[in-house]
Order: sequence, then C-alpha cells, then structure tokens
Amino acid sequence: MNRRNFVKALTLSASIAAIGLPVGAHAADTIKVGILHSLSGTMAISETALKNVALMTIEEINAKGGVMGKKLEPVVVDPASNWPLFAEKARQLVAQDKVAAVFGCWTSVSRKSVNPVFKELNGLLFYPVQYEGEELEKNVFYTGAAPNQQAIPAVEYLMSEEGGAAKRFVLLGTDYVYPRTTNKILRAFLKSKGVADADIMEDYTPFGHADYQTIIANIKKFAAAGKKTAVISTINGDSNVPFYKELGNAGLKATDVPVVAFSVGEEELRGVDTKPLVGHLAAWNYFMSLKNPENAAFVKKYRDWAKKNGVPNADTVVTNDPMEATYVGIYMWKQAVEKAKSTDTDKVIAALGGQTFKAPSGFTLTMDKTNHHLHKPVYIGEVRGDGQFDVVWKTKEPIRAQPWSPFIPGNESKQGI
Amino acid sequence: MFRSIVMKRMFGVALLLTLLAAPARAALDPSLLAGFAGDFQGRMAAIEALGVAGGDDARRVLDALEAGRLGVIGGRAVIVDGDTVRDAASGEALDQGAGDVELVTLNNRVRRTLANARAALALTSADRAERLGAAITLGDNPNETLLPVFDRALAAETDEEIRGILARAAARIKLASPDALTRLRAVRALGESSDPAVKNLLEGLLQKRDGNWVEAHPEVRTAAKLAIDDIEGRIAIAEGVGTVFSGLSLGSILLLAALGLAITYGVMGVINMAHGELLMVGAYATFLVQGLFRSYLPAYLDWYVAAAIPVAFLSAALVGVAMERLVLRHLYGRPLESLLATWGLSLVLIQAARVIFGPQNLELANPSWMSGGAELAAGVVLPYNRIVIIGFAVFVLVLIWLMMQKTRLGMFVRAVTQNRPMAGCVGVPTARVDTLAFAIGSGVAGLGGLALSQIANVGPAMGTGYIVDAFMVVVLGGVGQLAGAVWAALGLGIFAKFLEGWAGAVIAKILVLVFIIVFIQKRPQGIFALKGRFSDS
Repeated sequence: MNRRNFVKALTLSASIAAIGLPVGAHAADTIKVGILHSLSGTMAISETALKNVALMTIEEINAKGGVMGKKLEPVVVDPASNWPLFAEKARQLVAQDKVAAVFGCWTSVSRKSVNPVFKELNGLLFYPVQYEGEELEKNVFYTGAAPNQQAIPAVEYLMSEEGGAAKRFVLLGTDYVYPRTTNKILRAFLKSKGVADADIMEDYTPFGHADYQTIIANIKKFAAAGKKTAVISTINGDSNVPFYKELGNAGLKATDVPVVAFSVGEEELRGVDTKPLVGHLAAWNYFMSLKNPENAAFVKKYRDWAKKNGVPNADTVVTNDPMEATYVGIYMWKQAVEKAKSTDTDKVIAALGGQTFKAPSGFTLTMDKTNHHLHKPVYIGEVRGDGQFDVVWKTKEPIRAQPWSPFIPGNESKQGI
Repeated sequence: MFRSIVMKRMFGVALLLTLLAAPARAALDPSLLAGFAGDFQGRMAAIEALGVAGGDDARRVLDALEAGRLGVIGGRAVIVDGDTVRDAASGEALDQGAGDVELVTLNNRVRRTLANARAALALTSADRAERLGAAITLGDNPNETLLPVFDRALAAETDEEIRGILARAAARIKLASPDALTRLRAVRALGESSDPAVKNLLEGLLQKRDGNWVEAHPEVRTAAKLAIDDIEGRIAIAEGVGTVFSGLSLGSILLLAALGLAITYGVMGVINMAHGELLMVGAYATFLVQGLFRSYLPAYLDWYVAAAIPVAFLSAALVGVAMERLVLRHLYGRPLESLLATWGLSLVLIQAARVIFGPQNLELANPSWMSGGAELAAGVVLPYNRIVIIGFAVFVLVLIWLMMQKTRLGMFVRAVTQNRPMAGCVGVPTARVDTLAFAIGSGVAGLGGLALSQIANVGPAMGTGYIVDAFMVVVLGGVGQLAGAVWAALGLGIFAKFLEGWAGAVIAKILVLVFIIVFIQKRPQGIFALKGRFSDS
C-alpha cells in the first residue's frame, strides 16, 4: 500500500467512524452504551466524576467478560451544561450511534430536555441523581433518590429530638425547578406536621450566586425568634462554596442553626475548608465514609482507576452518592440485558423490574417492579473537619420511592407507570 | 421533653459539682469513659459525667473529643496523639497503632452538651479570652439550672465585659422569677442587650394570654417596653451598619474585578473578554503559592496570602503581556475582531486550566487571621475576610493612583488615553506604553483574583461570572476613569445590597441590570465623562 492510499484509507475510516457507522467486523462483537454528562460549563464540576465512574464500571465489566460475551463500548459525548444540547446529543447517541442505553444527566432541567427524545426513539436512560419527583417516564430509570428517600426523612430527623427538635425552617434554594418543587413538597409536609406559615421562610438565589451576606443576616434574624431553627438548603452547584464560607465566617454554628443540604456531597465540599462547618448536615443514600466491604472495594477501585487514567488531583478523588447510583445503574442494566438475552429496549425494561444488586451503600438494592426507582436506604451525615461525613442517622432498610409525593394534592392516583 | 428537662437538671447539678471539685486528680476512673463506646445517648452521659468529675484530666479528654482525637479500641477510651495511642483515663501510651482506633463521632446534640461542659469548666479559667468565650457559649442558651453557675461566676468575675454577658444571661432566667422586683431588675438589665432573641423574649411579656397579661405587674411591663425600644434602636443601627458593610464589601470586590479592566479598556479601548480569565490566573497563582507553603513552609501557612500578592500580580501580568504581544497587538483599531479574539483567548485559558488543574473547584483555605468575624451586635457579624478585602481594595487603589499620577509611566498612560496620535508625536513610545499598561491592568486583575479566592469559588470558569460585573462597573463609571470605577463599584455594591434586603437576591439582580440599562441610555458616557478631546471622537 503506497502512502497516498494509506492516507486515503485512514481518512475514509476516520470519517466513517466520525459519522458513527459500524467499522469493520468488530462492531457486532460490542454493545455500545452512551455517556451523556457535561464535561465543560458550570456542571462539569459534578458531572465529570460521573463520566469517570461510568467508564470505570464499563472497564470493569469488560474485564470480567462483558455482557452476554460482548464487550461494552462507551460513547462519550459532552453536552457542555447546555440544556438544549443535551437533547441533541441524546438524539445523536440513540439514533446515530445506536447505543443500547444511555447513562447521564444531572440537573432536572437537562433530564426534562432529553425525556421527549428517549420517548420518541424508544431509548433507555439511567438518571443517577436525587431529584424532585413528579415525573415517571417509561424510558427512564431513576437510580437517585425521590423526595421521600432524601428530603422528607431529613426534615423528620431535624424535627426529632435527636436532630435538635427544630420548630422553624428556612427553605433556601437556587431558583429553578428542583428547589422550587422540593420546597413545595416540604412546605406541604411541614404544614401536615403543624408548622405554621409564619415559621417557614423561603428564599431563592440565582444560579452561581456568590454573595450570601444578606441571606445569612436574614437567617440569623429569623432564628432569633426563640424557637429552634434549621435551614434546609437546595442550593445547587458551586454557589454552595461561598454559602458555606459565609456561614462559617458569620459564626452560624451547626449547634445553633443546623443546615441540612440535599445537593452537597463529598465532591462539592472539596473546594471548601470544612472546619467551621463541622456538624452541618447532608442527606443522601450513600456516603464515602460508610464502612462495608463493597464500599471499601468501590472507593479503592475508583482511586486506582483515577490514578491509572491520570485524572487531575487523582490522589484526592472522592466518591459520592450520584457516582454510586451510576455504578449501580450500569450493573442493573447489565443484569437485565443478561436476563432478557437481548438489548432491545422493551425487553430490557421488562427485565429491569425486580433486579437486585449489592451496592456500596451496604444494602442489596432492588429496582421496583412498577415505578422504575430503586429502593434505597437513607443516611443523614454530619460534615467532618476533613470534608467527609459521619453518619448520625439511617434507615434500617431500603425504602420504596414515591416519585409522586403524597403531599402534593392530586397525586394519589399516579403511582405506577 | 421530660427526659430533656431531667438531663438539663442533671447537667446543672453536674456543673455545680464541677465548680466545687476544682482540684485535679491523678487519673480518671475508667468507668466514667465507658459511655464513649456506646451510642449518642451514652456519649452524652459520659460527657456529663466528666463535667461532674472536673479537673485537668477531664478537660484533657473533653478537649481531645472536641479535636476529634478521642477514640475507642475494644471498648476502651483512648486518645490518639500523633502516631501513639494513649489510654484516656491514665494517659499511658498503649502499643496499638492509631489505625485500629475507632474515633468517637458526635452529633449536634452531643456537640452542644460538649460545648456547654467545656464552657462551664472554662468559666473558672485564668485566661480572660477563655472565660469570655465560655460566657458567650453559656449565655447563648441559658436555662434555669445554670443560674447558680452564673451567680457563682459573677461573684468571682472582675472583667466588665464578661460580667455583662453573665449578668444578662442570668437576667434572662430571672424573668421567670415569682418576685416582681427581681423581674423588674432583670428587665432593666436586659435593656442593655442588643440581641434580637432578648427582644423576642421581652415582647413575650407584653402579650395577653387568656385575657391576662403574661407579665402581671404593670411597672415591669413599662420597663419591658422601654427595654424593647432600647434594644430595637441598637438592632436597627447594627443592621444598617451591617447592610452598608456588605454593600462596601460587594463594592470592593466589584472594584478589584473591574480596576484592571478600567486600565486596559480605558487606555487601549480593547474590549478584553479574557479579563475574567486573568482573575482566574491570579486565583490559581494563589492556589499554587498555598501548595508551596503547605509543602515547604507549613509553619508560615497563615501568611501564604501575603506571599501570593506579588506572585498573583506577576503571573497575571505575564499572561497579559503574552496576550498583548501575540494577539492584541495585531488587532488594534479593530474592536470587533479583538473582542472575538479575546473571547477565544478566554476559552483557551479556561480549557488550559481545566486540563492542567482539573475541572473541580480548588480548595483555598482562609488563613486563620481571615476566618471568623467581629461581632458588632448579636446577629451582625463583620467577617474578617471581607474587612481584609476592603482594606486590600483600598491598598490596590492607592497603588494604582500613585502609579498613574506620580510616575513617568503613569503620565504616558494618561497621555495615550487622552490622545494617542498626539502622544506618539511628542515622543511617547505608544506601543511600549500599551504593553506596559496591559501588563499592569492584567496584574491588577490577578490581584482581584487573589481577593476573590478568599471568598468565592476558584475554578476554571470562575472568570466568566465576573466579566459582566466588571464591564458593568467600567461602563457605568465612564470609560478611562479610575475615579468613575470606584464610585460605580461602591455605588452598585451598596445599591444591590439594599435592594436585596428589600426584594430578595433574584429581583435585586434584575433591578440592578435594569437600572444600568436605563442609566446608560440617559448618560452613555458614564458617571464621569473623560474631559478634553478624544482623538477618535
């Protein structure tokens, strides 16, 4: 083969690969799966780790022989924290690359943007992040928590004597769909527990807000009314760093006014000095500090993978709840494909219900037969000086998700697919 | 509820005994520490038992617990001391490794018990600061069982400030006294407070329950009304000061972000979209300096911020010079192209930071002298890091002003700003002045990044959040005007903070932008217009 022909062949194969056509005979031996996480833009902070853990899991499955004897082939795309681009990239993955399943999305707004695509093309999405519920799609499996697996137990804990017996609540969030919906559910829940409207303060900040002086002063004023006050934070993304810094500097201690957060985990606290924040809380279904053999193996695997693949700051990488949910999601999909003996979407959906997996959270998680959510344990952790969490409360066993919150009127009839 | 009252009572007794049992004993009874191996309830009991025991050994154990060094091995409480493990009761070194120790965890309830126990022990300390801290801790949440502790401490205390805190804490409890005279004195003592919690407490006295006043005695009610007015006055002043302070703080941050841009935009008319990334370079330089200090000079870690000042300035200035020499130089007089080119540069810099340092935010710790805050009044705290940044903004401003007004380079820069061709004609090397001015503007942006690293996020895309604010300040202030930038930054900061207190953060942001649009419509030249003739206008 002379040089010109070689170059031609190279360009040809490259362009074929680029438009996503199967290259050669290899294609039949692999199953493609899509990874749809922002690797740039505001959400890159959180989502890059999910892409990493997905690649690690796929590598691990391939090392053990793949799925039905075929290797998995990850197709990674970058929707760049741009919500409409999520839909475009999802369409590309399902229609062009013909992936068998997609693992992706973080914010609720990105999920809402891809839902119609998966419905239209009958694709399969695994969504690994806690969210506000009020949704149930046939083509989506939710491996993160519904409100009753995170928000409601956390508030119940705050109201218990062990959690400080809070009587007054500040609902603080970023101004978009997840915090607004969650706070609507929490307000209804608090009312059902006899908390008056005057004892609830609701406040929102724009995405990326960095100056929390006024809000913290308002919280202090609100907390001075003589009743035990707690803050429930649905602040998302990197606004949490200035929020917690201000909290520490303003001397608002966890023993006086505890803050429980639903979107703050090990990864988000990497950018914060947590010494002034000791005792503030977070509610999740998994913490890196959990002590069980599955978690020890999971953390070690991820650390080794990060080092081997040259992830920046590989020696300080952490694992968190959405990463565990991604890991569990990929394995559940693998088991379902093996049970269905096919990657056909409808057959896999039918096989997914009832799948179980021994997860790093220390429990055997089950995919619910009707509502596409996992049964998950709930943990409440307090921030430690080193950015990890000490578990101070947990459920005895995994609990079933209620995607349609019973605290929102009109939801009684909508429980299954 | 009943249990918690019993606990409080037990705790009160414990404190009393503590104060009686001052002399230290040789070693602790290990049974006191057994609870640490149990659940949170057991740990609370153990802390209270140590409060009863008192003495230096109990303090040592409680201090270790607070520091997260108290652990358990096989049901035995131990203190981890570096690599050695010591028995908590006797202090003897054990031959177990620190890795086998299960550290004792706390929850907020246990932590509060611990804070109170430590404060009660510290109330008799010889160190004034320790006593003051203890008085504040106990005074924040007084309950009746603490009354004898307060009275006893008051009898021995000579420091006025601590006496005041203790007296007010005691007065809060005495409000429930059956004796009207005691209540009257308590109300009068509380009139000295500036704590909103005390105000709420007093307001409770003035309410009617089932047709009867909560406070039966009319004289006490009158005194309470006066006391509430006093407290309200103090709170209002403190809150006003607090709002102005947060406005100044926001303004100083806007100023630091915009000052560099005021120089580059003003002098060269280059719309530098990569200005935000120069802030990022400064912040990343600060991070690197912190890393160097952590590795090589851990003893001086608190001063890494000071050492980072020249590093942040120089690194951002170097990046600025490279940008100017390699790209902008070829695009002078073509604003649209230079806008696009600098925007491209900003993306390059963001991606470069992402590749080198990773997409995550970096952790920059506030030095201890910048952590915490000065309490103006209860509820109004001026954080030290913000005070330092306001001071730093003034420092940078003075430096720039001196440079512009008192040096030859400054004169050249001003000359080029006012009339480039004419300055060139009389022998000002305009090309070199451009490079130097761009370097200085970039360096100042680096200093802004250093300041931002102490209060905001440091990540690859941090600059994009400030570029809009920086342009807003520069345009509002008037292009090419340092004084304009100062007024615009402080004005916007205070305006935004007053709006936020009134309308919330989301609406405030919108209103500020609307205000700027209207303002620029009415006065396109900004607050201060450049006097004299522009060569190109």
